[in-house]
Amino acid sequence: MPAIAPNPAAGPLTSALARLGMRAAAVFEQGVALFAFIGECAVAFAGWLAHPARIRWRPILFNIRGAGFDALPIVGLLAFLLGIVVAYQGADQLRQYGANIFVADLLGLSMLREFAPLITAIIIAGRSGSAYAAQIGAMSVSEEIDAMRTLGIAPLEMLVLPKVIALLIVLPLLTVFADVLGVFGGMLMARAQLDVGFPEFLDRFTKAVGVTDYLIGICKAPVFAGIIAVVGCFQGFRAQGGADSVGRQTTRSVVQAIFLVIVADALFSIAFSALGL
Amino acid sequence: MDAENVIELRQVSTRFGAHVVHDGIDLTVRRGEIFALIGGSGSGKSTLLREMILLHEPNSGSIRVLGVELADISAADALALRLRWGVMFQHGGLFGALTVTENIGLPLREHTDQTDRQIDQIAAAKLAMAGLRPEVGAQYPAELSGGMLKRASLARALALEPELLFLDEPTAGLDPESAGEVDQLVRTLRDQFGLCIVMISHDLDLLWQTADRVAVLADGKVQGVGAMAELAAMDHPAIRKFFDGPRGRAAASSPDVTKWNPGEPTRSNPGFRRAASGLPIPPPPLEIPVLRRPAWKPK
Ligand SMILES: Nc1ncnc2c1ncn2[C@@H]1O[C@H](COP(=O)(O)OP(=O)(O)OP(=O)(O)O)[C@@H](O)[C@H]1O
Ligand SMILES: [Mg+2]
Repeated sequence: MPAIAPNPAAGPLTSALARLGMRAAAVFEQGVALFAFIGECAVAFAGWLAHPARIRWRPILFNIRGAGFDALPIVGLLAFLLGIVVAYQGADQLRQYGANIFVADLLGLSMLREFAPLITAIIIAGRSGSAYAAQIGAMSVSEEIDAMRTLGIAPLEMLVLPKVIALLIVLPLLTVFADVLGVFGGMLMARAQLDVGFPEFLDRFTKAVGVTDYLIGICKAPVFAGIIAVVGCFQGFRAQGGADSVGRQTTRSVVQAIFLVIVADALFSIAFSALGL
Repeated sequence: MDAENVIELRQVSTRFGAHVVHDGIDLTVRRGEIFALIGGSGSGKSTLLREMILLHEPNSGSIRVLGVELADISAADALALRLRWGVMFQHGGLFGALTVTENIGLPLREHTDQTDRQIDQIAAAKLAMAGLRPEVGAQYPAELSGGMLKRASLARALALEPELLFLDEPTAGLDPESAGEVDQLVRTLRDQFGLCIVMISHDLDLLWQTADRVAVLADGKVQGVGAMAELAAMDHPAIRKFFDGPRGRAAASSPDVTKWNPGEPTRSNPGFRRAASGLPIPPPPLEIPVLRRPAWKPK
């Protein structure tokens, strides 16, 4: 890749311009590198599909436990609280119109379609994406990645693919879990604030929320999972130098993962509205 | 291709952006020798080593290692080649998540179908070979001292019985006593196991004690190649930098050099070579002797 040589700037104006240009070039370079990384991962994955004996199950299972099972309490708690908040915010408006029962529509649609996948992705980006970047970053700066290569072990197969696959499996499941607890939180709030009992709530819920709404939420999860795992690993590999760079890359991985997750979510919204879903 | 040459570099050039690190490097490493690369900081020694071990690709030129051309090598050939050499990284490069024994056993687990028992036995043997006590095997790299890390890393590099060993700064950051033990270890490996060793070092003691031939890297080129005593006689300013000045003189005249028994006249015995070559005697001792083993250290 041609490096853009930083030109020592003369005045304040040129230096501001030069900085802007350098930033833009750096962002562009990073984007290109990210695509190259995704391509390499895809090739490695194709290699696994061609030779399933090479698949490393142990790290996959290990990552499923770490990113999935161990994350259940925090995902559950936050989804539950989010359900309470959404129901509480809706309660006031609905009561004014005497439309109390529609809290089920509000909660079901917003939770299943938007909030559950989003909150789960954000928690996992902060929890697992950062851990991936920190682990791989620390291994890069301590020559462990180089050592791995010289021992004839492909880092992509040992470190990246198991994480991506584990997260692709785990994030949809966590999203379902968040759906359940979020709706449950909302139900409790609906009973306390709006006098909507559980049977009435569930009765309305099944009418208001279709399978499509549920699937729309779930189908976002693998996309978010891919973003989080790939960005975390990619930023980890870019760490070089000392320990401070590991910290920087970890921060960057979380910020970028959350940013891209929200961008992807917005694109989903546009796509679904165009499709009339 | 000469079968005696383990590594051949022809016109290797490397750039990082506009920064030229290597500008047409030619080098040969022969079978069974201890070859050292020296040069100032940033002269591209580590980069050259990384190019020899398939971690970095030069911009141009050809590198042959163990008879295999590294440019455009296929993934399968690269794997086969990687299993024929061992690398000791400057900071060890041990996996922090694994114990020392697991670290040493990892290449065996990956590339052989030996049982766990056999692998643990081999790991224990390599540990002993690198001069570490058996109980170190159960420890994690974070619990080891710098010298122990290097030894553990060496043990791992030896796990697959390599023909060729690369050492990046094997004595950097070690106390004089451990450094002396590394000298001994490097010689033993070559003399007893016939390994060809390529190392980077700033440690003049290590170089005088072990290296058969040394290449000096400066300004992107090899400025001189030869035994330490031959280099010591050269006039090139980049080479003189290493030998003039108190540290260079002290190392050349350290008691070990003169005490080192030439022993049996084997082709590969560096002491013999130095003594037999009739080359200039190392510079005279400084007035303040630099002790390798301080007097206060218990024997
Ligand atoms: N990945 C890289 N990107 C850009 N420049 C690099 C990279 N790796 C090395 N360099 C540059 O190449 C030059 C040679 O680096 P190298 O690490 O090979 O030096 P060295 O001879 O091993 O020095 P030292 O004795 O300090 O270890 C340095 O100027 C360094 O800045
Ligand atoms: Mg170096």
